Amino acid sequence: MAHFTKANSVHEWLDQRLAIDKLWKVLAAEYWIPKNINFLWAMGVVLMTMFTILVISGIFLLMYYKPDTKLAFDSVNYTIMQEVWFGWLWRHMHAVAASVVFLVIYIHMFTGIYYASYKRGREMIWISGMLLFVTFSAEAFSGYMLPWGQMSYWAAQVITNLFGGIPFIGDDLVVWIRGNFYVSDPTLTRFFMLHVLLMPLIIMAIIGLHFYSLRIPHVNNQDGEEIDFDAEAEKYKAGMKKEAKVIPFWPVFLSKDFFVLGVFMIFYFYLVFYHYDFAMDPINFDPANPMKTPPHIYPEWYFLWSYEVLRGFFFNVGPLSAMDMGLIAFGIANVIFFFLPWFDKNDEVAPAVRRSGGFAVWFWLLVVDMIILTIWGKLPPTGFNAYIGYVAAVGFLALWAALPAVTAGKKGLLWFVILTTLALYIAGYMEYTKSLGNGFVIVTLFVIFYLLFFLNPVMVKNRGGAR
Amino acid sequence: MRELKILAIIIVLVGITYWGIEPYAHSKMHPHHEPATFAYADLAALNLQGDAKKGATAIMNNGCTGCHSIKSQNIPAPMDPVSASASYGVNPPDLSNIAAVVDHKFLSNVIQDPVKAFKLAHKFNDKKPFPMPNFFGSKQDLADIVAYLVSIAPKEISPKEAFEVACGRCHNMRYDNWTVIGEKPKFKNDVEKAQFELKLAQYEENLKKYLGTTPPDLSMFIRSRGEEYIRDFVEDPQKILHGTAMPRVGLTKEATEKVVTYLEKVGDRKKDKRNALGPWVLLYFVIFAILAYLWKQKIWKDLH
Repeated sequence: MAHFTKANSVHEWLDQRLAIDKLWKVLAAEYWIPKNINFLWAMGVVLMTMFTILVISGIFLLMYYKPDTKLAFDSVNYTIMQEVWFGWLWRHMHAVAASVVFLVIYIHMFTGIYYASYKRGREMIWISGMLLFVTFSAEAFSGYMLPWGQMSYWAAQVITNLFGGIPFIGDDLVVWIRGNFYVSDPTLTRFFMLHVLLMPLIIMAIIGLHFYSLRIPHVNNQDGEEIDFDAEAEKYKAGMKKEAKVIPFWPVFLSKDFFVLGVFMIFYFYLVFYHYDFAMDPINFDPANPMKTPPHIYPEWYFLWSYEVLRGFFFNVGPLSAMDMGLIAFGIANVIFFFLPWFDKNDEVAPAVRRSGGFAVWFWLLVVDMIILTIWGKLPPTGFNAYIGYVAAVGFLALWAALPAVTAGKKGLLWFVILTTLALYIAGYMEYTKSLGNGFVIVTLFVIFYLLFFLNPVMVKNRGGAR
Repeated sequence: MRELKILAIIIVLVGITYWGIEPYAHSKMHPHHEPATFAYADLAALNLQGDAKKGATAIMNNGCTGCHSIKSQNIPAPMDPVSASASYGVNPPDLSNIAAVVDHKFLSNVIQDPVKAFKLAHKFNDKKPFPMPNFFGSKQDLADIVAYLVSIAPKEISPKEAFEVACGRCHNMRYDNWTVIGEKPKFKNDVEKAQFELKLAQYEENLKKYLGTTPPDLSMFIRSRGEEYIRDFVEDPQKILHGTAMPRVGLTKEATEKVVTYLEKVGDRKKDKRNALGPWVLLYFVIFAILAYLWKQKIWKDLH
C-alpha cells in the first residue's frame, strides 16, 4: 500500500488519492495540439458544447414529457411550452441544437476530408467520428418522433418502411422495429427509450473513443506537416513558445476555442429566439393523424441528401424496381464515408488544394453534389426535378467510384468512370423522356458502373506517400 | 485573413443550402396566392339606407329568430346547441355580435344567398339544401335587418369574443378550455363532467356528419400555419384549400387580426417572454465573445 502523509490542503489531499495534478497534465495542461491551425479546429469543442446543451435541456424536457400517443403532443406543446417555467426555452434550445449540431458535424467532417485527416494513423479518428455521425442520426430520428406531430408520425412511417426493402427479412423487420404492424404507441415508447437511454449511452461511449483515438496520431494541422510532438513539447516547456510547433490544450488551444464558441453561441441563440422554424417544422405542430397524409413528407434537412439518393432512381433497371435501385444507393450512401481512408489511394496528408491528381476538384464536386442533393431532397420530385435528383444521386456514387482513380493518379481509369457516368446521364434522360425503356443498355451501364464502384477501391493499388 | 476567407466560404455554402431548403423549397411546395384584401369583391353591395328600428321588427317577421338567438336583446335560442346541431349540423350563431366581426356587405349577401356568400356551392345544392334558406323578403327589409344588427353590435370586441363568434362553433381550442359547445365549466362532480362530455361528443358527431370531417382544434394553429396563412385562409378558404367544407365567414380585416391575436395568445403564449429574453442572452454572448477574444490575444501574443 502506498505511503500517505498528512495533507496540508484539500488539493494535496485529493492529489495523493486521485493524482489530479497528473490527470490535469495528461488531459489538458500537457495535451499537445499543433499551433498551425485555424478556427475549423474549434468545431470539436463547439460540438461538445452543443452535445452538453442537448443533454441538459433533454433532462429538463424529460421531467415533463409523456411517451404516450395520447399525451405526448400536449405534454410538449402545452405542458412544456406553456405551463413549465422556461419550458419553452429548453424546448427551443433542444430542437435548435439538434438541428445545428448537424451543421457543425458536417463542417467538422468536411474539414477532416479537406485536410486529409483520416490517413496515416488517423483512420480510427475518422471511423469513430463516422460512428458518431450514425449514432447522432439515430438519436435525431428517434427524438423527432417524440412530439408526435404530423411529421413525427409520417417520417417514422416512411423511414421504418424502408427496412421492408431488405430481402427476405424486410417485412418481419419492419414489424419488429415498429413493435406493431403500423407506427403506433409501442413504436413511440421504444423510440423514446432509444432516444433518452440507449443512444445517449452509446454516443457518450463513442465520444470517449473519439477523444482517445486522437491521442496516438495527434491532431492534424493546416499544412499536414508531420510534427515530432515530444520534441516540440519539450521546446514549449523550456519556454521557447515562439519556436515550438505545439501548444497545450489548456489554456492556449481552449482560449481560441472559447472565442469561436462565443461567436457560434450568438448565432445559435439568435436561431433559438428568432429563427427556429427551420428546426421546428410548422407541420409538426399539427398532432399526428394516421388518417391524413401530409401533401409533402420530407425528413429534417440533415437527412435530405441521403433521402434524395434514395429518391433519385425513378426507373426500373432489369429485375430491380426503381425503389430497389434507390434503396441500394441509399444503403451505400449511409456507410460509404466510413470507407474514405481506403477509397483514398494516396498517403499524402495535405490540404486538398495541395494534393496531387485533382483531389481538390473531387472535394468541391462532392460538396456541390451534396448541396444539390440536399436542396432537391426537399423539392417535390415531380417533372424535371426527378432527373436532377437522378443526376445528383448517380453523381454521388460516381464520385466515390472515381476517388481511387483520382488519388492514385490513374487517368485512364478516371476517364472510364467519367464516360460511364455520362452515359448513365444520357440513358437516364432517355428514361425520363420514356424513349429508352428497361432493356439491355440500361442494365449493362449500371452493371459496369457498379463494377467500377466496387472494384476500384479493391483493385487500385495505394500510391504510397507522395510527399 | 485566411480564416475570414474560410468563414466566407462556409457562410456562402450554408446560405445557399438554407435558401434552397427553406424559402425556395417552400415557394415550390406552397403555390403563391394573392394576399388577403378582405374586399369581398365578388359580392355586390346593397346600396340601400337601412333603418335599425324597422330592422328589429323585420328580423322577427322574416323568421331569423326561429333559429338564431340574440342574447343581448333577450331573444333566447330556440334550441340548445346539441339539438340545434342535430337539426342543422351546426349550432346557428347568436347574432348579438355578428356585425362586429363580419363585413357589412358580406352580411347582407349571406342573408340573401348563404351558399354563394359562404362559397359552399360544391357542398350544397337543390338536392342537398343548405340549412339556412335564401332570403325572400324585400331589399329594404334586408337593409333594415343589417342596420339593426349593426346597431346592436358592440363597438369594441375582444380577441376571444371575435374567435367565439367567427370560429368557435366548429373549432375547439383545448389549450384555452374552449369547446364547440362553449367554455368548458368547472365540474362539481364526475356526473356533470360526463354529461358535458356526452353533449360535446354528440355535437361533434353531428358536426362531423354535416361537414364530412371533424374541424381541427386550433390551439397550435399559430405555430402550424402562421399568421399569413391564417389571414389568407380566413378571407377565402377555397382559395387556399380547394374543396374544403369550411365556409368563407366574411370577417373584416380588423376582426381577422383579432382572431390571429387570440390564436397567438393561446398557441404562442410565451412569445413576449421569448422576445424579452432574447436580447439579454445575445448580449451575454457578445460580451463573452469579446472577453474570450481579449483573453486569446493575451495568451497567443507570446506564441508568434
